[in-house]
Amino acid sequence: MIGILKRDLALALRAGGGFGLGLAFFFIVVVLVPFGVGPNSTTLSIIAPGILWIGALLACLLSLDRLFALDFEDGSLDLLATSPLPLEAIVLGKAIAHWLTTGLPLVLLAPVLGVMLNLPTQAYITLLISLSLGTPALSLIGAFGAALTVGLKRGGLLLSLLVLPLYIPTLIYGADSVARAATDQPTTTPLIMVAAITLGCIALLPFAAAAALRSNLR
Amino acid sequence: MSIWKYANPQLFMSWTGKALPYIATLAVITTMTGLIWGFFFTGDDYRMGSTVKIIYIHVPSAMMAINAWIMMLIASLIWLVRRHHVSALAAKAAAPIGLIMTVVALATGAIWGKPMWGAYWAWDPRLTSFLILFLFYVGYMALWEAVENSDTAADLTSVLCLVGSVFALLSRYAVQFWNQGLHQGTSVPLATGERSVADVFFVPLIISMLGFTLMFIALLLLRTRTEVRARRISALQARARLAQ
Repeated sequence: MIGILKRDLALALRAGGGFGLGLAFFFIVVVLVPFGVGPNSTTLSIIAPGILWIGALLACLLSLDRLFALDFEDGSLDLLATSPLPLEAIVLGKAIAHWLTTGLPLVLLAPVLGVMLNLPTQAYITLLISLSLGTPALSLIGAFGAALTVGLKRGGLLLSLLVLPLYIPTLIYGADSVARAATDQPTTTPLIMVAAITLGCIALLPFAAAAALRSNLR
Repeated sequence: MSIWKYANPQLFMSWTGKALPYIATLAVITTMTGLIWGFFFTGDDYRMGSTVKIIYIHVPSAMMAINAWIMMLIASLIWLVRRHHVSALAAKAAAPIGLIMTVVALATGAIWGKPMWGAYWAWDPRLTSFLILFLFYVGYMALWEAVENSDTAADLTSVLCLVGSVFALLSRYAVQFWNQGLHQGTSVPLATGERSVADVFFVPLIISMLGFTLMFIALLLLRTRTEVRARRISALQARARLAQ
């Protein structure tokens, strides 16, 4: 599993494109918002938590269709499936690699963009915590969606149709925790819920994704 | 002898062929009774006026939208565990009916919401949960359409249905946390034990709920029979191609 992780990280870093692209997309989406709603800093600070979360979510979605598709095309997914390592562990390893190359950079970039959106000072810690708790769930849900659509020729659009509704609970609790922090309300409950969703996803979704991959590879 | 022998496509076709006309007739009679009684032989509500009559379509369709998904969940589980093809086809057949029921519930709700709340749409937990349910139905049907191999499609949609059910339930409670509602509580006293609707309105409502349930069963059997026949035709075509 560590081997899968290292391999996917190396591929993502060396093959270029995917790694920086998600970040750049996140940056552009967030920067576009002030052009759309106007530069009024009070308005921006109200909508900042939601924009940052939605931006992170879309950036996560962007790199999902490459998660299994490249390995499926060149046949290495078949080799991985026949290896002694269970398919569930492979899915988990690939999801972790996806999170390290997409989710983690997003978490680190988010405070910078928060400054541009005039996010209130007291919300930065919660923003960091909620994104780092929530983005693993986004990667795992995405891995499940990618496993469902891996054999399809035009899977990209279908992937977003399948995955975005599944993102709703994470988005609600994640964005709400930041919005609460920005208005000095207690944030424990939504943060606990985000953590619970992530833990549930780690526990259950590798099995669902592996089941989907098996029937796609058959 | 067990209940599973009826899952054999041959037996399924023969018993549904016999039962379908009776179920369909009964569905038409009960639905018409409930709706006509509700529309023409009940008085107006003292606060809602005659808009209260939307309830005879709104509540049954909302109920069937949820029940259709639960039925799909059960059929998907049966497919994953016992690999009965009729079960997978029944889940596929139920999805469009459930989607239509969701749309009907949302549309009648919007028509009812305008005079009562002053808005067609509000980001209320119940409305939002139904919107999410709508999205799940669309995704489920899109996945059935997209996958070419029918067994793979059945597998993938079944897994999606299981995962989707968990997330649909999660979303239902998440949206309650996110916003407080305008929508009233349930009118049907199964869970609460208290009745909030007077008998005059309640009896035709129960009849139309029964009618919608029967209508769903009739449509479901009809659509499943169509799917079984379509499967047979494609099998025959494949055989003919091999013989050439």
